Amino acid sequence: MNRAELQALAQREQDRRRAFRCRLLCCASTPCLSSGATAVQEALESAVREHGLEAEVTTVATGCMGPCSRGPMVTLQMEDRPDVIYERVTPALARRIVAEHVARQEVITDHVMASDLPFFTKQMKVVLANSGLIDPERLEDYVAQGGYSALAFVLREMTPEEVCAEISKSGLRGRGGAGYPTGLKWDLVRKAPGDRKFVIANGDEGDPGAYMDRTLMESDPHRVLEGMAIAGYAVGATQGYIYVRGEYPVAAKRLEKAIRAAERRGLLGSRILESGFNFRIDIRIGAGAFVCGEETALMASIMGRRGQPVPRPPYPAQSGLWGCPTLINNVETFGCIVPIIQRGAAWYAGIGTAKSKGTKIFALAGKVNTTGLIEVPMGITLREIVFDIGGGIPNNRAFKAAQTGGPSGGCIPAPFLDTPVDYESLRALGSIMGSGGLIIMDDQSCMPDVAKFFMQFCMDESCGKCVPCRVGTVQMYRLLERITNGSATPRDLELLEELCVMVQETSLCGLGQSAPNPVLSTLRYFRDEYEQHIRDRVCPAGVCPMDRVPVHRLVAQRHPVQPATA
Amino acid sequence: MPSSPKARHDDDKTHPSGDPRFQLIDRTLKRLQYRQDALIEVLHTAQEAFGYLAEDLLIYVARQLKLPLSWVYGVATFYHFFSLKPQGEHSCIVCMGTACYVKRAAEIVAALQQAFGIEPGHTTPDGKFTLLTARCLGSCGLAPVLVLDGEVLARETPETTLAAVRARLGGETAARTPTMALARTETPVVEEVEAL
Repeated sequence: MNRAELQALAQREQDRRRAFRCRLLCCASTPCLSSGATAVQEALESAVREHGLEAEVTTVATGCMGPCSRGPMVTLQMEDRPDVIYERVTPALARRIVAEHVARQEVITDHVMASDLPFFTKQMKVVLANSGLIDPERLEDYVAQGGYSALAFVLREMTPEEVCAEISKSGLRGRGGAGYPTGLKWDLVRKAPGDRKFVIANGDEGDPGAYMDRTLMESDPHRVLEGMAIAGYAVGATQGYIYVRGEYPVAAKRLEKAIRAAERRGLLGSRILESGFNFRIDIRIGAGAFVCGEETALMASIMGRRGQPVPRPPYPAQSGLWGCPTLINNVETFGCIVPIIQRGAAWYAGIGTAKSKGTKIFALAGKVNTTGLIEVPMGITLREIVFDIGGGIPNNRAFKAAQTGGPSGGCIPAPFLDTPVDYESLRALGSIMGSGGLIIMDDQSCMPDVAKFFMQFCMDESCGKCVPCRVGTVQMYRLLERITNGSATPRDLELLEELCVMVQETSLCGLGQSAPNPVLSTLRYFRDEYEQHIRDRVCPAGVCPMDRVPVHRLVAQRHPVQPATA
Repeated sequence: MPSSPKARHDDDKTHPSGDPRFQLIDRTLKRLQYRQDALIEVLHTAQEAFGYLAEDLLIYVARQLKLPLSWVYGVATFYHFFSLKPQGEHSCIVCMGTACYVKRAAEIVAALQQAFGIEPGHTTPDGKFTLLTARCLGSCGLAPVLVLDGEVLARETPETTLAAVRARLGGETAARTPTMALARTETPVVEEVEAL
């Protein structure tokens, strides 16, 4: 396939779409599938058949539409009319939608999600632009939205050097959490000597509560592939790997299908778009290890080894997979490449704050009314995310803290609700941007208990290679356990703080270095809660059992000190 | 290792020609050109075909890929996804991701633990039910979430979960629940039966 054929394919698909009076989009991403989207999709299809509307109505299984807690979602697109979004659709309602809305143009108002809700209006969809609008399993759908035109443009009009410069100019930073400038990384790999180079997309999204990468891979797999191919061209690689977390079977299946479809059309593989550029992509399925999100551990896992990190330097850009220069970026980072090429670096750099450009996808979850996947411009305040987009806290309870960055991040308490969300501001608050998990907690959450939860996570996930992490996390967990069961002494809190600093400074990889973050950040803002647990043996949130007694008190009870005899 | 040496011996006789499931592994091996770095993919296939990675299966994979068994064992035990023990007839995976934890998934685990007398990661002695926890199933909007025999249940409470699990196991198991905890002390009997 060449560039002209690509444009012809896009045109054909657009014409095909226009032939239908109405498109019924049914979300088929994991959360909606869990709430019964398959039955809804079948009901829509059979109802369309029963009404004899096959010629004018098409049903499409799409990717994520956003408000996951309100799924399954159905969007109804009609020519010249705004889209109508139905929430909590059951098979019965699906039949009604076809019978009443599609056939007779009567909107079923009580299940419609207003499109002017802040949930939609405050968002800015750049990376997720196609998500929820196209069938992720059809290459044609993606091409009709302008897909692979960025790759065609890059191959024809730009040198690898120019691509790296363009990405640098856009100000894009790694979306995996650390925020390293992407253009700089690409340039390093491009300049690294070596005939074999690799590109890796990190889709091992281990943070509990984060599912941005999965949604992107499920909803718009070709965008990730196209971004990777552009990266391959820019750095001079011919082989790419996409590492998908083992818990994401749907994402792996769709990516597999997407790769095969792209290869058949000559959009991946050898002589892409009839240029001299070859690029293959293979999928690697993870097997459940959080540490594999760390880049050196992930590469070990791709090479079929235990996913244990190795010290850096050398950085992957110099010596990565099989000792070759390797570019490793997060899936979401690759998702940003296509819009940057299509609309220009200057446009992208115009979004966001001075140092954090573009948009960021967050998985909004926890104690908030509308949970789901959101994409917002950098610099939006936390208040806007929680109270406008998320619709506030259920039952009008008080907002207590927002947890960002998962087990490597920290908590942001209520006084900082108006902080802009960007890399620097979050770091200043003792948290991190992380990959984008955003868990909202209300006054029913106990902070030492949350810290204990994350510490248990890090303890279980520590790979065991370096001592500070392997032993330190266990000891910190035990101290937190004592604090939350009422048997801690003030000395335990001191010890915990000492250990935090020690583990942070001496661990080998990011997992250990960041494991104390949840403890440190909760100590910073909720120290009184820890002290109440220790001094008064009371859990203000009523979560912790507090059924133990400190040893020194037990001793004091059993052996009361005898008054000295005169 | 959980599998007794005798059981391994029996399996040895039946493969590579006897058990058709080994052909699935062979096909994967061939597709990946017996490359040693494809170990994790091969183990994925093996676990899919057999349900768990028995010792003889690890030996087979090690020989085929010309890797030391210690290497294969090291990889198989490193990743949580691989199980070296057979799973129960029914399984329940409770999500313990942050969103589910904040919505009190721990209480669900505690309820199941108490009802069936097993810790997470273990199977009831009668081999009927396995209780597992997961890091995050990525359906945080539906928290707390659990997967019962591959079916996702959303917005669960301890009560609804217990009811669903008991319904799945059938009435007889529900009635027998109290004795199940006792059965744990009788494991030697089970082992004897296996040895016969």
